Amino acid sequence: MSETLKKQNSSPRLELLNITKQYPGCLANDQICMTLMPGEIHALLGENGAGKSTLVKTIYGVVSPDSGQIIWDGHEVDIKSPSIARDLGIGMVFQHFSLFETLTVAQNIELCLSKEQLSEIGNLAQRIRDLSKAYGLNVDPERYVHSLSIGERQRVEIMRCLVQSVKLLILDEPTSVLTPQEVAGLFTVLRQLSSEGCSILFISHKLHEVTEICHNATILRGGKFVGDCEPANETPATIAKMMVGDLAEQDAGYEKAHGQEMIFAAKNLTLASKNPFGTSLKAVNFELLKGEILGIAGVAGNGQEELMSIISGEDSRSLKNVLTLDGADLGVLSAGARRKSGLAYVPEERLGRGAVPEMSLSENTLLTHSRGFVKSGLVNWAAVKEYAKSLINQYSVKCHGEFSEAKSLSGGNLQKFIMGREIGQNPKVLICAHPTWGVDVGAALAIHQALLQLRDQGAAILLISEDIDELFLLADRMAAVCDGHLSPVVRTEDTSIDQIGQWMAGTFINDSNSSEALT
Amino acid sequence: MIRVQARTEPSTLMTFASPFLAIVLTLIFGSVLFSALGKDPIQALHVLLVLPLSDAYNISEMLVKMGPLLLCAVGLSLCYRANMWNIGAEGQLLAGALGGSAMALQFVDSDSALAMPLTLFAGILSGMAWAAIPTYLKTKFNSNLILTTIMLNYIALYLLIWAVHGPLRDPAGFGFPESALFSDATLLPVLFDSGRVHLGVVLAVLLALVAWFLLSKSHLGFKIRVYGADEPAATYAGFNAKAISWFVMLFAGALAGLAGVAEVAGPIGQLTPNISPGYGYSAIIVAYLGRLHPAGAIIAATFLAILYMGGDLAQIEMGIPIAVVGMFQGVLLFFLLACDFFIRYRIVPSRENMA
Repeated sequence: MSETLKKQNSSPRLELLNITKQYPGCLANDQICMTLMPGEIHALLGENGAGKSTLVKTIYGVVSPDSGQIIWDGHEVDIKSPSIARDLGIGMVFQHFSLFETLTVAQNIELCLSKEQLSEIGNLAQRIRDLSKAYGLNVDPERYVHSLSIGERQRVEIMRCLVQSVKLLILDEPTSVLTPQEVAGLFTVLRQLSSEGCSILFISHKLHEVTEICHNATILRGGKFVGDCEPANETPATIAKMMVGDLAEQDAGYEKAHGQEMIFAAKNLTLASKNPFGTSLKAVNFELLKGEILGIAGVAGNGQEELMSIISGEDSRSLKNVLTLDGADLGVLSAGARRKSGLAYVPEERLGRGAVPEMSLSENTLLTHSRGFVKSGLVNWAAVKEYAKSLINQYSVKCHGEFSEAKSLSGGNLQKFIMGREIGQNPKVLICAHPTWGVDVGAALAIHQALLQLRDQGAAILLISEDIDELFLLADRMAAVCDGHLSPVVRTEDTSIDQIGQWMAGTFINDSNSSEALT
Repeated sequence: MIRVQARTEPSTLMTFASPFLAIVLTLIFGSVLFSALGKDPIQALHVLLVLPLSDAYNISEMLVKMGPLLLCAVGLSLCYRANMWNIGAEGQLLAGALGGSAMALQFVDSDSALAMPLTLFAGILSGMAWAAIPTYLKTKFNSNLILTTIMLNYIALYLLIWAVHGPLRDPAGFGFPESALFSDATLLPVLFDSGRVHLGVVLAVLLALVAWFLLSKSHLGFKIRVYGADEPAATYAGFNAKAISWFVMLFAGALAGLAGVAEVAGPIGQLTPNISPGYGYSAIIVAYLGRLHPAGAIIAATFLAILYMGGDLAQIEMGIPIAVVGMFQGVLLFFLLACDFFIRYRIVPSRENMA
């Protein structure tokens, strides 16, 4: 416990004693204990499936524990539902926001307040403005939610908790959707809340953030408490070690490659989005070189999805003379024909798109990899099974066997499998979206190395990710998307997180427009 | 108290147990119904389910009914596997009967060896053409396949009625709405001396096995399964959605058309206004009862054929109205869908603190 907290030491705000929750076939929480002091920013760390979500849902009353006690301000409480949690002063900001897009900020906030709370507050809009000023949240109560950016929506969610005079704020991976500048803003708010005595429980994957802002950390692994630490005294590496055990290697820096020959190009790609809430692509230009990774940074929903589906051919609108692969006009081919001409694709959604949930791994191998397995229309299932087995071995996919259904695998293992399947087709160009999103540290390392190996074999890789650290680690050249515009492409060693962060926020757009006007 | 809980994964046991459970529940329901009608339920069930299998004649008649049910159901199974909600097997069957009859009537006074094959061919093509209309509307304009196929069922029925009253009516038939009797060269060969089991029944079983092979061994069958299980994955893999839609619909149309022409060129021997007691609709139940698997369809088609046959016998032996068969089928589908609920959900005692 840090010194500042010890001084204002009172009784703990929240104590968890031996919280246990059993799901069918999975012990999600096993005798977990945790203490939170007033004003403490506490990190809850662990790999995917470590039990973090179950634990915070227990605190917020979404999940009822099988055994164990929750002590709130010195009294044992039974938090049966989120409304009881809110009455106690517990607020939570979920990873996926729960806001009605067609309502204003004030209306959204009003929805989750009781009559008593509303009459207590009086003028809600004024209260929102006051709090907005006090914390620098910059939330306008009259704006409609659909007109807000992701970062702004998150601030509305935080505002919703503040309006209810929250004593404990739970944030589930709050920074995963923010630009670096927005993250800094969020941290300022959190520090101010903490200084006023509000406790904060902060779930994150990003260890440098934890070391930056959190006073204490609790680390879970496989549903069990494995240790706690003061992040200020640790490095991301030592914390990672606790999260994954001693076995995991760390991602070290990798050597950057220089691509030589152009293999793929998008020329002046302008395309209206099919989805009314989607992002249209605006004059996107870039080239992929053999033997290099081009990383594209950007906050989700800025055109990445549209860009990938038009390159992969899932968006079946044909485009003439816009996309070229190895000199051929790719834009007029069907998705299947694009695959045949050497394009492979690892999509963002693994289950339900990259793999059919109810089908076995061997069937899912055949999904995109049919070359050599189909003769005169018939499938050589024995060969497919053998190949699926070899993929499972080569990429250490944890599963019962090639007969396992895709949905029975964890996200990381399924991703290793899909990655292996796509790489196994020896693509000339691989499009890879969020390759390690939600993947544990060990699997992420394996995926990174597989990508680099493919690059070194001479393939071109388009890497689209929200994880800036990952992009800096892997990409040889980088760009950012914002609102369907693509920034200039620069070599990774010639740029900085700060510059890419600004590009993600769209600072390049006016420059490039004016330069376009010149040419 | 009890509550419903989603299973973590679908129950394989329930997938296979569900049809049998549904049949048992249907029989219990039937017993209650027969008692209410003042009939002995044991005797009624005996007539409905056992008597159809009691002698060679009844078995052969049962097989004659099983043929068209199976042909339609196999086609529908493929469609439903690919998420193509084709309710139009009845219309495609009628179109097949109509097209086949038009061809057969060219051979009324002929003993050409081509008569039978050409008649079958015409029936199959007509079924495919009838299936092509909603498929075109679906792939071109994304129209609702359920609605268009149902509407085309009625259009096919009235087209057929118009034809037997008009151009295809037997000029020597005293104005009855029937075509001339087909020549022997046109009729499908009968397999056994007694009974009416014809080549169409054998073709039905063979085609079910072909469809099974297609689904499990061919790349196309794999694509159909992927397309039905997970459309985004099929799009991601670059499968041609339109080609798959066209294939399953034309396949189903061909099989339903064959079922129709095999009726008129088989047991009936001429075109009449009532060639199908709703085989195309019952085939939907067969497809689901057979778990959308061609081999399952063989078993399910046999069961529904027994029920059809038993309905005829119950009318003769016990004076039970033939409408009972339709009601039995409806109740069976109802119980089947209800039992299928338990593939994905289960009922557990609710805990006190979950109030």
